[in-house]
Amino acid sequence: MANPQVPDGNQYYIPHDSPWPIRGSVALFAIMLGAIAYLNDWVGGWSFIPGAVLLAFMFFGWFGVVIGESRHNTYNMQVDRSFRMGMMWFIFSEVMFFAAFFGALFYARVLSVPWLGGEGVKVFTNFVLWPHFETSWPTNGPAHVGGIDGVFRTIPAIGIPMLNTAILLTSGLTITIAHHALRAGNRGKLALFLALTFLLGFTFVGFQAHEYGEAYRELGLRLSTGIYGSTFFMLTGFHGLHVTIGAIMLTVIWLRVLRGDFTPKRHFAFEAVAWYWHFVDVVWLGLFIFVYWL
Amino acid sequence: MADHALDAAHDHDSHDHKPHGWRRWVYATNHKDIGTMYLVFACTMFFIGGAMAMVIRLELFKPGMQFVDPQLFNSMTTMHALVMIFGAVMPAWTGLANWMIPMQVGAPDMALPRLNNFSFWILPFAFTLLLSSLFVPGGAPAGGWTMYPPLVLQNGASFPMLIFSIHMMGASSILGAINVVVTIMNMRAPGMTLLRMPLFVWTWLITAYLLIAVMPVLAGAVTMLLTDHFFGTTFFTAAGGGDPVMFQHIFWFFGHPEVYILILPAFGIVSEVIPTFSRKPLFGYEAMVYAVASIAFLSFIVWAHHMFTVGMPLAAQLFFMLSTMLIAIPTGVKVFNWTATMWKGSLSFEPPMLFALAFLFLFTIGGFSGLMLAIVPADYQYQDTYFVVAHFHYVLVPGAVFGIMAGVYYWLPKWTGHMYNVRLANWHFWLSTIFVNVLFFPQHFLGLAGMPRRIPDYAVQFTDWNMVSSIGAFGFGLSQLLFPLLIWQCVRSGAKVGNRAWEGAHGLEWELPSPPPYHSWTEAPSDALIARGASH
Repeated sequence: MANPQVPDGNQYYIPHDSPWPIRGSVALFAIMLGAIAYLNDWVGGWSFIPGAVLLAFMFFGWFGVVIGESRHNTYNMQVDRSFRMGMMWFIFSEVMFFAAFFGALFYARVLSVPWLGGEGVKVFTNFVLWPHFETSWPTNGPAHVGGIDGVFRTIPAIGIPMLNTAILLTSGLTITIAHHALRAGNRGKLALFLALTFLLGFTFVGFQAHEYGEAYRELGLRLSTGIYGSTFFMLTGFHGLHVTIGAIMLTVIWLRVLRGDFTPKRHFAFEAVAWYWHFVDVVWLGLFIFVYWL
Repeated sequence: MADHALDAAHDHDSHDHKPHGWRRWVYATNHKDIGTMYLVFACTMFFIGGAMAMVIRLELFKPGMQFVDPQLFNSMTTMHALVMIFGAVMPAWTGLANWMIPMQVGAPDMALPRLNNFSFWILPFAFTLLLSSLFVPGGAPAGGWTMYPPLVLQNGASFPMLIFSIHMMGASSILGAINVVVTIMNMRAPGMTLLRMPLFVWTWLITAYLLIAVMPVLAGAVTMLLTDHFFGTTFFTAAGGGDPVMFQHIFWFFGHPEVYILILPAFGIVSEVIPTFSRKPLFGYEAMVYAVASIAFLSFIVWAHHMFTVGMPLAAQLFFMLSTMLIAIPTGVKVFNWTATMWKGSLSFEPPMLFALAFLFLFTIGGFSGLMLAIVPADYQYQDTYFVVAHFHYVLVPGAVFGIMAGVYYWLPKWTGHMYNVRLANWHFWLSTIFVNVLFFPQHFLGLAGMPRRIPDYAVQFTDWNMVSSIGAFGFGLSQLLFPLLIWQCVRSGAKVGNRAWEGAHGLEWELPSPPPYHSWTEAPSDALIARGASH
């Protein structure tokens, strides 16, 4: 419930100066330096680790301040709206990040692979450069890049991917039930269904990891397996990363529920995580259809 | 943590509570402090990028290799572009947005002040990474700022530094843009309806949408470069079923909206400055808003005009040619409306107006050469020549940079409470405007005569115009030194100004004292004030 002592719209909330963002910037810098040193075979790749630790510390500290302020009813409805809009536009930016990789997938399937096969005006591409290549999907390209001796198999859609689709869709349902329970003030049901949601999320990630192991060891499907492997692992990999982040966020929200946070009317953090969870759900549907199925 | 919360709650009452010392800047959450840091950062990068341009023009002063080896020359063209785009122009716009948007919409600060700090403080680290690549084995990135594979993959140790610095710049831009959108959508004073907003706020709102939509796409594109280089993916390798041209499509899907990100806020500033010094309301305010929105929409469906020569199907070439030409319509609306605003106005020519007028003429020249480049068969001739260099420098230097100058000269008295030395500013204007034309106009001739871009040496027939261009460059570069000098003078010892530093100025920012209070509008301005400001 909004604190009646903070009338909406008449008083603005302006935060104190904060040490947290600069810690985040330093953390990002250390992470990037570590990654660069690692990739260049320089000494100093270890700086990735303190960077990551500092970043985690930053999230704890920064969000801790925000949660503390929220519990003291520092925020009016205007601040609440700012947070909501900020989260929505952040998710939109994430959508566009995935759009780049979906764009690569569609470009390869609809344009570049058929062109290599000599389609349309590109007959000489095929004739001169890759005379033995016929258009096909999935493919690891005319040079049969990667795989086990140039050969690979794909993961059938019916199987773990189908199961994972069911898991994620169910988790979308459980978080909605949790949300209704929160609004109805039923804290027990809320905690239960929230726990179910992140357990389903981590289960999804577990299955995905199992599937990756199988793909690498047995199917010859690897990151380096031509354009199919590239698009497959980059799309599903970034998605899996987002599911992991989302499941961690759900766990944090669950711990906050156990601590007694959130009211039936004011629970921005819960909703932000729920939106994020639905977003990874929708991305997965796109992946299931265009990467595994069609 | 609870203590922090209580402090924050108390600070509502002490509006001008300013932190002191380094904490004020490093821990900053105030939109003016952060705006100042953005502007100082942008100015620094402007001179670093400018120094690189001087190296380029020095080498090109006459044919033959004089001062730098080809590798360093290529690094200079690549780094000059990256520094100017991501380090100078974009942060300058964000700095102006930080300073002006809360004041113009009647808010106390940006909507998400801590995030604001984060988006600024990522930048110095990102550019430390990028600039330090000048000193690693193999030198700085040298494959052009567009990072086309396979060439870019041949960079040495600088390659991951380039990729990760782009990631950091992108994160900074996205967070900054989210803050701008949220501030405009949620922090407007009651009564500040969307169609009462100043054009600078409108253009920044649309710019911010573009940023949120395309910076992640750039992040995706450079991530694919990274994995192609280090982890064996084949996005851009035909042998694996990928395509190097695919990178160009993804890159320019970001790249074309990006060029409007660089110019739209300039449209907004010119739309504020011309009415002020014409003593007339902006002609066709709503048409201006719709024109900006149309330009932004079109920017998403024209990208392949940057790559007509890669071998696209005819239908695609026709589509991208025609959609590109469509942009001339909303842009024409804007140019005509600015001109119509001055019609029968009571004009005076203070420095911001001079820069805005030069913008109007010179940006239009850049727009016209853009139309020439949009024509596919003509573009086959112009592609990768100095004509292209002349075109985009006309829209970026007397376009975007003059827009920034107009904005700074317009609002500097508001920020500091002091008037600057107008005589010196006039010198800055005239030297800049004369030399920018000496610098870039001959490049049209060079390009039409066939001089390729991004080369350190050239055939002797191109010597004369290259010499002229280089002289223009040195003149332009030196005259920019007046700018920090003038600002320093203004801050230290300018004459005091009142609330409304220009008597023809309208808008909420002019209702505040000069300099404005630390938190701009701690109480929402009255409807009467808003109506007086929105007199378009």
